[in-house]
This record gives sequence, C-alpha cells and structure tokens, in this order.
Amino acid sequence: MQFKLERRVEYSKKMLIATPIIAIVLSILVSSVLLAILNKPILLTMHSFFIAPFDNFYSITEIFLKFGPLLLIAQALAVGFRAKVWNIGAEGQMIMGAIAASAVPVYFVDSTSNWLLPAMIVLGALGGIAWASIAAILKTRYNANEILVTLMLSSIALQILYYLLLGPWKDPMGFNFPQTVMFQDEALFPPMFSGVRLNVSIFIPIAFTIGIWLFMEKHFGGFKLVVGGLAPNAATYAGFSAKKAVWSSLLLAGFAAGIAGMSEVAGPIGQLQRSVTSGYGYSAIIVAYLGALNPIGIVFAAFFLSVLQIGGDVALVSADLPISAVHVFQGLLLIFYLSAYAFVNYRFHIVRPTLQPKANLTS
Amino acid sequence: MSTLEFFLAGTLSAATIFLLAALGELVAEKSGVLNLGVEGTMAISAAVGFVVTFETGNHLLGFALAGVSGMLLSLVFAVIAISFLANQVASGLAVGILGLGLSALIGRDYESRTIASTDGISIPYLSEIPLIGPVLFQQNIVVYLTFALALVIGFTLTHTRLGLAIRSTGENPHAAQALGFPVFLIRYCAVAFGGLLSGFAGAYASTIYTPLWADGMIAGRGWIAVALVVFGTWKTGRIAFGAMLFGMVSLGELIAQSMGANIPSQLLSSLPYIVTIVVLALISRDTVRMRLHAPFSLGEVFDGSESR
Repeated sequence: MQFKLERRVEYSKKMLIATPIIAIVLSILVSSVLLAILNKPILLTMHSFFIAPFDNFYSITEIFLKFGPLLLIAQALAVGFRAKVWNIGAEGQMIMGAIAASAVPVYFVDSTSNWLLPAMIVLGALGGIAWASIAAILKTRYNANEILVTLMLSSIALQILYYLLLGPWKDPMGFNFPQTVMFQDEALFPPMFSGVRLNVSIFIPIAFTIGIWLFMEKHFGGFKLVVGGLAPNAATYAGFSAKKAVWSSLLLAGFAAGIAGMSEVAGPIGQLQRSVTSGYGYSAIIVAYLGALNPIGIVFAAFFLSVLQIGGDVALVSADLPISAVHVFQGLLLIFYLSAYAFVNYRFHIVRPTLQPKANLTS
Repeated sequence: MSTLEFFLAGTLSAATIFLLAALGELVAEKSGVLNLGVEGTMAISAAVGFVVTFETGNHLLGFALAGVSGMLLSLVFAVIAISFLANQVASGLAVGILGLGLSALIGRDYESRTIASTDGISIPYLSEIPLIGPVLFQQNIVVYLTFALALVIGFTLTHTRLGLAIRSTGENPHAAQALGFPVFLIRYCAVAFGGLLSGFAGAYASTIYTPLWADGMIAGRGWIAVALVVFGTWKTGRIAFGAMLFGMVSLGELIAQSMGANIPSQLLSSLPYIVTIVVLALISRDTVRMRLHAPFSLGEVFDGSESR
C-alpha cells in the first residue's frame, strides 16, 4: 500500500488551526519517550512545564516578561518569512540593539536625565536596523544569500559584545566579570507592579502586533511583500520591487529585534552582559512558524513558547532537566508543525495496489 | 615541526572538516534539496562520535556511529522536506535546532573531557621531504580519504549515469521523473549521503581535530560548509580550494598568537565569518554565473505532479 499527497483545490482552514495543536501533541508524546530514556519523571516534568508556570502571580508575570521580546521579534520575522526573505539573524540584530542602547548609560553613568530611556529606545532601534541593513545591502546589491549573511552577522555581533564586555565597557568595580555597570533607574523601564520584573515595555510588542495586523490584513502593502517573495518575477510585473521586499522585511526585523535587545538591558537584566539575548532571536523563528506566520497566530505561539521557557526553568530545578531539553522540544515542535502543515494544502490519499503492470523504466 | 609546517599541516586538517560537510551538502543540493541542517547534523554527530570513542576507545566505531546519526537526522529532514513537501529552508532550520539540542543533551556529562588523538599516517620516504613531507604525507587517514572523495564525487557527478540522474533531478524534477528517474528516491539518497558526510565531519572535529568535548564546538562550521558550496559554484575543485582557504582562516587565531600580534582575539574569532560574508558577496554579485551553476530547482518543493 502506498500513500500519496493530493493537492487540495483550496487550502483547509480546519487543518490550518489544527496543525499547531497536532504539533504540540506529537512533540509532547515524543519528548515523553525521550524523558523515559533519560530516566526522568514524565508527569512531574510535564507538570513543571505546563502547570507550574501558572502557580502564582509572580510566575505569570515572568511568562509575560518572556512573551514580550518573543512576540516582537516573531511578528517582524513573519513579515519577512511570508515574503520569503529568510532573516535568521534576529539574534545578532538583538545584540546590536542592546549594545547601542547600552552606550547611553555606559557613557553617562551619573546622568539622571529623563531623556536616558528615550535615547536608549532610539539607539536600540537604530542598532538593530543598522545590523540588518548590512544584510539588506549585500542581498540587494551583491545578491548575497541573506540566510548565510544574517547568520554570520550574528556570530560577529556576539564577538563584538564579548570584546566590549571584556575590554572598554567592563565595569571597573565589577570584580572582573564580563559585564557593564548596573544601569541607573532612569535608564530602566518602570515595573508594571511592585516586586515583579515585568515592566511597561510589554506595551511595545502589543502595539507592534496591532500595527502589523492592521498592515498585513487591512493594507495593500502586505500583498506586495507576499508577491515579492513568492515569485520575484511576478512582483516585478506587478510593479512592485523584490528589493523593496528585502529592505522592508530586514529593516522591520532589525527595528523589532533592536528594541527587544534594548528592552532586555533596560529591563530584567539592567546591564549589558554576555547572555543578553537569552536565545530569543532563534526561538522567535519557531514562534513565527508555529503561529502560521499570522499576526494573531503568533500571539498564541509566543505565549506558548514563553510558558515553555518558564516551564524549562522550573523543570531544571524540579526534575534536574537540562535546558537543552527545551531546545530539543522546540526543534520537535517545528518539525511536527512543518510536517503536519502538508495537510493544509494537500489531502492524504491512499493508493491501492492495482493489477496494472508497472512499466520498467530503468532497464 | 616548524611554525610554517605546523600552519600548513593544520590548514589541511581544518579544511577536512569543511570539505567533508560541504561535499555532502553539494550532493544534496545537486539533487535539488537545500539542507540547512548541516550545523545541527555536525553537532549531533560530533557528540555521538565523541561519546562512543570516549567510552570504547575505538575511533573507527565512533566515526561509524557518528555517520549513522548524521544520516538519521538528515533522514528526518528528508521526511519533512521531501515527503511532507515542507519548505526546505524552514525544515533545515528545524532539524538544525533539534540537532543542536540533542548534541548538548548527549554530551552533557562529557564537558571538557578529552580522548587520545590518533596518530597521522606517515607515508614512507615521502614524509621525509622537507616542508612538503610533514604537510602532505603525515596527515590522518581521514584527510587523505576526504580529498580522494572530493575527486570521486566530482567525477561521479559529471561523468556517470548516477551523476546524471542526480543532476537532472536537481535541474528539473518533473522532466527527470518523466525520463523515468526515481526523483524521490534519488533525493532521499542524496540527502542521506549528505548527512553521512556531515556526520563524519562532526566526528573528525570532535575526535581528531580537537579531541575534546565542549558544547557548541561546531561553532558555525556547518554554516560555513553550506556557504562553501555557493563559493565553489557547485564544483568540487573550487569547493576544495575554498575549504583550504577557510582552514587557513580558522588557524589565523593560533598564528597571530604565536607571532605575538596584538589583535583582539574577538576580531580573530570573527574572521571566518567576515571572510564568509565578503567572499559570498564577491561571488554572488555575478548573478548570471550564479544562475548558470546553481541547480535550477534548488530549494523548490516537488510534489510528484507531472508538470509545473
């Protein structure tokens, strides 16, 4: 018995919604097997991942703390992915945003000006944009593959970060740790509630999401980006430029990732240090896909992955589960999502063996 | 060994990692499949190769199982991208993420452990020639085999029926299918072969080149291998040349230190990435040549239908 995928006339809306759920269920099943192999308690681990994060108010605010940057970056990446502009270097753009924003409190250590935070927001955005622009220039002028360029730029950004933290920007009073001074309160976003790390920067991703949603769903511009990526020639015929798709996708992602990096140093971290991105730039790729590259889907996906991250921290303590297990789970999610997505556009079709003799074409 | 000998010999050894992985990716791409999971594949195989060699002391077994694990992971990619018709870029990234995660999980208890390195093979008489001897004739057997493999793959792709089948599949799968070539099977095999070579590349990196386990030790070398295929415009000779160039660049850090140059180490660590970007831009700017050499259907989903 053979099976075949037969193209549907119109894509299945039901499957589109079912796909992420199928992916989550299958990922949980496979990781349960993996947990059994690792000799970890399955139920306790699942509890740590999906229930414990909602245990108390503080923990819930921590979910939203992760939710912000993931949502912000994933929304921007999805715009590019829909246009087939493969920017996978949001991590580097985030680092450069964090570095540019940190320049303000690093060079104005004693300042208590109210302009510190606005200046950091602007610089953070510019840092991310500048880094993404390199890839955009190389793509549009030299035809250099943006996947490789953005990825390499991330590695370079990381080295720049290390250089600054070990050299000129190192806190002189910091016991030789690779980190800058702790930023003054004026350089930090005010917390949402007292005693929690969640701060008012959460409104930026929310506003950004609404903006993207309006842009993509209500505005003609969304169509331009889609056409530019799916068929560069079609875009040219229609009078749109494939170059514009590259530029707008990368600038938007640079902006979003830069702001995300800035919100980390001006938020939960409060200084520039080596682990400034927490891997958001890479996780956001998964979020963008799991959300079906749709602005609303991405909100749910970002929330789910935030829960997963907090759950991973809990499981680290409760079940001694290594953090790499979370990465494995994320990889599984994306793998199952992409596989199940086939059924959005295709129908499963079983081919019964027929009596018709098969032509032997190889002889 | 003099510094120069050390440098040149090290270049060949470092180039072997790039070349093995790039040759595997070349075969997959020639069949029309862009597998971006190379980094993750190398990472998981490096971990498997290290752990097996550490536990058994058997380098050959470590290499074999690393190859098998690389092949298995790339088959996961093949299922998503070839059978389930998913976007190849996204599928490659997904498998890459899984590979990196599993690599860290497998190597978790082996951080900073070392294993005994293997000696190179000294070819009698030839290895005694000054300069050339130590550089060319005292290498590990994997180095010789890899460069020999480059010749074999180059010949197979251009001069044999198998090569023709792979190339037609990559140029136009619809036409290849009409001619009777089993497109899906060819792509599966090409991707699996690519995974096998990426696996060997990972094992070479973790058990021979630097026989020490550190999480994240592949450090972007899989991505550079992907870039090398573009640099070499899908030709084995040029890919081998590019691999040596990158072997040299990755040794830059050691040389600069030995010469006492006062350059920040972060700049030297960035060098391979900077060179990748610059070379990529220089080579890709010739869009006509790129279009002539790249497999025409590279990265496109093929659903087995008769025509476009």
